Amino acid sequence: MSVSSSDIAYIAHLARLHLSEDESEKAADNFRNILALIDQMQAADTKGLQPLSHAIETSQPLREDKVTESNQRDTLQKLAPKSEAGLYLVPKVIE
Amino acid sequence: MFELGIADLARGLEAGDFSSEELTSAYLARIKEKDSVLNSYITCCEEPALQQAKAADAARASGKATGLSGVPIAHKDIFCTDGIRTTCGSRMLETFIAPYNATVVEKFNQAGMVTLGKTNMDEFAMGSSNETSYFGAVHNPWDLERVPGGSSGGSAAAVAAHLAPGATATDTGGSIRQPAAFCGLTGLKPTYGRVSRWGMIAFASSLDQAGTMTRNAEDSALMLNIMAGHDAKDSTSIDIATEDYTANLDKPLDGLRIGIPKEHFAEGLKPEVEQKIREALTEFEKLGATIREISLPNNGLSVPAYYVIAPAEASANLSRYDGVRYGYRCDDPKDLEDMYKRSRSEGFGAEVKRRIMVGTYALSAGYYDAYYIKAQKIRRLIKNDFDKAFQEVDLIMGPTSPHTAFKIGAQNNDPVTMYLEDIYTIAVNLAGLPGISIPAGLVENLPVGLHIVGKSFAEAQLLNVAHKFQQQTDWHTHTPGI
Repeated sequence: MSVSSSDIAYIAHLARLHLSEDESEKAADNFRNILALIDQMQAADTKGLQPLSHAIETSQPLREDKVTESNQRDTLQKLAPKSEAGLYLVPKVIE
Repeated sequence: MFELGIADLARGLEAGDFSSEELTSAYLARIKEKDSVLNSYITCCEEPALQQAKAADAARASGKATGLSGVPIAHKDIFCTDGIRTTCGSRMLETFIAPYNATVVEKFNQAGMVTLGKTNMDEFAMGSSNETSYFGAVHNPWDLERVPGGSSGGSAAAVAAHLAPGATATDTGGSIRQPAAFCGLTGLKPTYGRVSRWGMIAFASSLDQAGTMTRNAEDSALMLNIMAGHDAKDSTSIDIATEDYTANLDKPLDGLRIGIPKEHFAEGLKPEVEQKIREALTEFEKLGATIREISLPNNGLSVPAYYVIAPAEASANLSRYDGVRYGYRCDDPKDLEDMYKRSRSEGFGAEVKRRIMVGTYALSAGYYDAYYIKAQKIRRLIKNDFDKAFQEVDLIMGPTSPHTAFKIGAQNNDPVTMYLEDIYTIAVNLAGLPGISIPAGLVENLPVGLHIVGKSFAEAQLLNVAHKFQQQTDWHTHTPGI
């Protein structure tokens, strides 16, 4: 599988990462090596096998739908880089 | 008292040989004196540690101390600690102070144990050398020019250098067992789901598991007694009763059937390491075990499958770092997208970004079946290999790593070289099995680790086997003398 620099730019955008030109070039090189590693999988015969998403195959536990958490809005909001009047502040998105 | 492990320290406290405050002060002083060359701690918890120690002494004076009360330990900086910063080795969380304790931390606190500090680690646990930490590389106490392994490199270096008698650690692809091997320690990764992941910062949720880094199997059993168990807050923690992991440590090994996978003794294994592993196997024969060769034919596919599954899960887990609710935010963002992109690019290091990119690619439209679903099918093949092997043998043994600790900087040119470090350990995570690495000798004064893998929930058996070996040999008592 070959990876072009526009592929790298697209993946970086999907992942919301900004890569400098230098980083992009390096990323493309590393990517090719990593893809060569993971492409070794394609040689394996996996016909008829069910994908294993989880080592311990049990169903998810269910619980009653009742409130167990207390309101910790102020405590949690203190961790925000920017907040005001109980709101998280981000750059303006609507003119 | 620095040569004493957790079990011995608990006995010393009970006998009144020293108080927890004396013990904790001594450790804090030693960390201050020695850690500048090792960099094994990111944060030292001087004041809270002394408070916990005084509380433990008071509890003992009033007859309320139990088990490990007053014994100090260190926590990997991936476990959230209320009021003490938790960085996960990243600039992204450089100033993050969690408002709650991880279940694992809470359990050790409830048991009266003292938190000495938070140990260094590869950023978001992504690495096999502890070189990806934003807070700098950790140096191996056996040779300061070498890596301690990773990602739990800080926990390993701290325990090996006697800057903590034991530590918590986590293992997603080998991150407890490989550093334990490189630093001459006993490192246990329990069965997936045995220990709660609540409050443990997520890397790859279907693979991450918390465990122990100690000087011997008995200490590991004592720590596991506290850590293990179902947690309603972690929906993947398993609701199966725990046991007293110290109860069967001395059980004889007569009739134990050990399998050695030929794939773990193939090309790439250093001959001097192989020799030490073979010598260790001979010790088990003396203890009454029988040894036979087995095959794990799909082991070679474990690294490729892991480097789809783990990055895919990581790319989803790490999408939460958006510069809005907590963590790093870039200066002067020009709009929302610029804020997301620059906060993440400046907050994450190169290896983390690389894995987010690989995971995003594997999950993106058009590639999902070829990569993610294919990797999960291979995961099934790998689990089937183990199931088949465990019909014939009780345990699987081999080397933890193909070589001893390498030099800092030696494997940084190509990420794939580093990924292949975990060739013997990764399959165990994919299958969710318990594994342990124990010291099995020295090559050029660097430790070699023996890897033992058991069936699901066979932690007690792994610890029993490790303990019997440690009664028979003294490799676990060798120290780097720092």
